[in-house]
Amino acid sequence: MRGNNVMGIIFSNLHENLISQLTELRTMGAVPFGGRYRLIDFPLSNMVNSGINKVGVITKTNYQSLTDHLGAGKAWDLSRQRNGLFILPPFMDPSDYANRVKTFNAIMPFLKNSSEEYVVISDCDVVCNIDFQQVFEKHLANNADITLVYKRDVLPPKLQEPTVLSFDAKGRVVDVLVDPAITGSCSYYMNIMLIKRELLMKLINQCISKNTMSFKRDIIQGEYKNLAVYGYEFKGFAPMITSMSDYFNANMSLKSKDVRDDLFNGSRPVYTKVRDDRPTKYGLGSKVSNSLIGNGCNIEGEVDNCVLFKGVHIGKGTKVSNCVIMQDTRVGNNCSLSYVVVDKDVVIRDDKTLAGQPSYPVYIGKLSVV
Amino acid sequence: MYPKQEVVAMLLAGGQGSCLGVLTQKLAKPAVPFGGKYRIIDFPLSNCVNSGIEAVGVLTQYQPLVLNEYIGSGQPWDLDSMNSGVRILSPYQQIKGTDWYKGTANAIYQNINYIDRYNPDYVVILSGDHIYKMDYSKMIAAHKENNADCTIAVIDVPLAEASRFGIMNTNPDGSIYEFEEKPKHPKSTNASMGIYVFSWDKLRKYLIEDETTEGSEHDFRKDVLPKMLEDGCRMFAYEFQGYWKDVGTIDSLWEANMDLLDPNVPLDLSDESWKIYSRNPVVPPQYIQEGAQVQNSMIADGCDIGGSVDFSVLFSNVVVKPGAVVQDSIIMPGSVIEEGAVVQYAIVSENTVIGKNAHVGARPEDIVDKDHWGIAVIGDNLKIGAGAKIAPKEMIAKDVEGVE
Repeated sequence: MRGNNVMGIIFSNLHENLISQLTELRTMGAVPFGGRYRLIDFPLSNMVNSGINKVGVITKTNYQSLTDHLGAGKAWDLSRQRNGLFILPPFMDPSDYANRVKTFNAIMPFLKNSSEEYVVISDCDVVCNIDFQQVFEKHLANNADITLVYKRDVLPPKLQEPTVLSFDAKGRVVDVLVDPAITGSCSYYMNIMLIKRELLMKLINQCISKNTMSFKRDIIQGEYKNLAVYGYEFKGFAPMITSMSDYFNANMSLKSKDVRDDLFNGSRPVYTKVRDDRPTKYGLGSKVSNSLIGNGCNIEGEVDNCVLFKGVHIGKGTKVSNCVIMQDTRVGNNCSLSYVVVDKDVVIRDDKTLAGQPSYPVYIGKLSVV
Repeated sequence: MYPKQEVVAMLLAGGQGSCLGVLTQKLAKPAVPFGGKYRIIDFPLSNCVNSGIEAVGVLTQYQPLVLNEYIGSGQPWDLDSMNSGVRILSPYQQIKGTDWYKGTANAIYQNINYIDRYNPDYVVILSGDHIYKMDYSKMIAAHKENNADCTIAVIDVPLAEASRFGIMNTNPDGSIYEFEEKPKHPKSTNASMGIYVFSWDKLRKYLIEDETTEGSEHDFRKDVLPKMLEDGCRMFAYEFQGYWKDVGTIDSLWEANMDLLDPNVPLDLSDESWKIYSRNPVVPPQYIQEGAQVQNSMIADGCDIGGSVDFSVLFSNVVVKPGAVVQDSIIMPGSVIEEGAVVQYAIVSENTVIGKNAHVGARPEDIVDKDHWGIAVIGDNLKIGAGAKIAPKEMIAKDVEGVE
C-alpha cells in the first residue's frame, strides 16, 4: 500500500557544527555511516518504509555530495510520477534558511501545494529504524495536534538545545524544558515530530508575524499548553550523533548483532545509493575479526573491531583495529592504525603508524595523503 | 519511428543448461548466480553497455520468470532509455500459428520485426552462458574493416582441448575457409566463442531463406553459418585476447568462480572503466565475527561469518556459524551453514540450510576413489539434516534427513 496522507520533511543540514570535521566538505545528511550508508538514508528509509511517498529534503550549503547521493530518489523508490523526492535548497540566499522557523517559511509554497494532511519532520542527527506508521496511529488515537518522538536516556552531553519533556499519565506533554541542567535519565526529544500540515503552516506564520524565531522555544515550549502535544517513546537503537566520539561509538556499536538486527530490520530495510562494487576480497593471510565490512574491499592484512566502508584496501602486514575507514581509502603495507576515523579517498602510505584514544579518535580528512 | 541504432545485440538466453542440473531446475542458465553477487547474464549485458550498444534483445524461452524479473526495466545496466534499452523477447502467437523458438537462428528470425525497427547496420549475436569482459565495438570495427558479412569471435585454446569446441580454420588474412564442429584432429586452436557480428541485410536474407529450408535445424552453427560459407560470404575470425569461460557445466562454473580468487587470472571485477553491473540486494554490510577465519575468499554484503572460510565465494546474506568450515566452495544467497558443518568442493544453491555437523563434499586429497570425486551440488531451498553426509560429485534435489 502506498500513500497514507502523510508527507515527510527532512532537515539534512542541521547540527553540522557538532561534527565539523566530517561536515567540512558535506552536509550532515551526507555523512557516511555504517559501512555503506549516509545519515540521511535512515530517516528517508524510515519514511518510505512507513508508506510515505512524498519527502522534501531541506538542504542549505555544501550539498553536492547529498544531491549526488540522492539523485532522483530511485534507490528509495521515490523517483515517481506522483509525489516522490523533492530537494529543497534555498531559493536565493542561504540566509533564508537561517533557522528552522525561517526555513519552514521559505518552503511555504511546497507545504501549501501539498495535499497530505500530516507531516513527519526529522533531522539527520539520529540513527534509528522507526516505524512512523505506529507514531501516526498513536497520534490519531490520542487525537493529538503534535506528537514528539522521544527517548528515555541520559542526555547526550553535546546535544544542541536539548528539549526535555514531562508527561501526564496519558502521555500528554505537561512540561517542556529547553536546555535544562539535568543529570540522570530523562525524556528528550529526538528531533522527530508528527504534526498536521495546516497547523504547522499556521504556527510558522504566527512566529514570522511576531518575529519569534525559535522552533523549540516558541513553538514546542510556547504552544504545548494550547495544543494537544503528546509523546511517542522510541525504545530501539537510536544514538544521537552530536560529536566525533558519538559518531565513532555509533559506528562501533554496529558490531553487536542485536543492534544490527534492530537497525537493519529485515522488513524495514535501510536503502542507500548502490554502487556496483564486486564482493569483498579476502587475501592470503588476511585476518578479520569482529568487523563490519562493505563490498568492494580488498583485505590482505589484519582487521579487528573495525567498520570498513566499500572499496577500502588494507595492505599486507598492516593491522587496523578500532577504526572507522570510509569509502575507497587505501591503507598501504605494514601500517598500524588504531582508534582512527579515516574519511573517504585517503591514501595512507606504507609503514605508517597512527593512533588515537578510545575517548578521542584521530580524524584523517577526505582526500588526505599520509 | 525509432531512431536508428547502428548496432543491435541479440542475447540468446532461452537455453535450459541441462548440464547444470539442480541449479537450472527453476531458472534459465543466464540467471544462474555467479561470482558472489552477479548472475551470468550481467557479463554480456554489461559488455553491451560498455561497448556503447543501446538496444539489446534478450531471447527467453526456458523458465523465464527469474530472468525476466532480474532484468526488469534494465535500469541497473542503464538499458532503460526511452526508445531503446533491453527488451525481453519471448516466443509469441502469430496469425499463421504458434511456435517455440526452434533453434538459435529461428529465435532471431521470429524477431526480425524487433531488429528492423532500429534499422541497424550490424547485429551482434551473444549467448548468455559465458563469463568474460569484451569490447564488442572493437570486433565491430574489425568487421567493418574487413568489409565482412559475418565475423566470429575466436579464442586460442590449448590443442588438447580444441576437440571440445567449434574450430574456425582461417587463411592468413583472418578469413574463414572451414568450420569443424568438435573435430577429433583439430587443424587449429581457434575456438568459436559463440559471439557473431553480422551485417544485418545479409543475415536477414539468410534467416528468411533458412526458415524455408527443408531439414534445417534453424541453428547458427549447424545451418546458417555453413550455408553462408558455402555461398562464399565474407566470413572472418576475430581473435579475442583475455579471460573467457563457458560456464555450461558444474565443473566449469565452479572453476570460473574460483578463478576470481586467483590474482593471476585476468578477470578484474573492480576495473572502473569496464564495470560489471548487476541488481543489488538491499542488505547491510557483511559482518565477520570474532574468532572467524576468512582467507582467499570473496564475500558479499549481508553475510554473517563466524566459522572458517577459505578459497570460497559467498553470495549475499550467507550465514556461516562458528565452528563451521567452508572450503573451495560456492555458497549462493541466503544459505546457512550451521555449527560444525563442513562444506568442501561444493556448490550450495540459494536459501539452503546445511545442518549441524553435516559434511558436504570432500577434498580430492582426502578420498581414495579419485574416479568418483567431483563437485557436490545442493539445490535451492533444501534442508540437509544434522550430521548428514553428502558424497563428492553428488547432486541433491531433495531434503536430506539428519542422522543425529
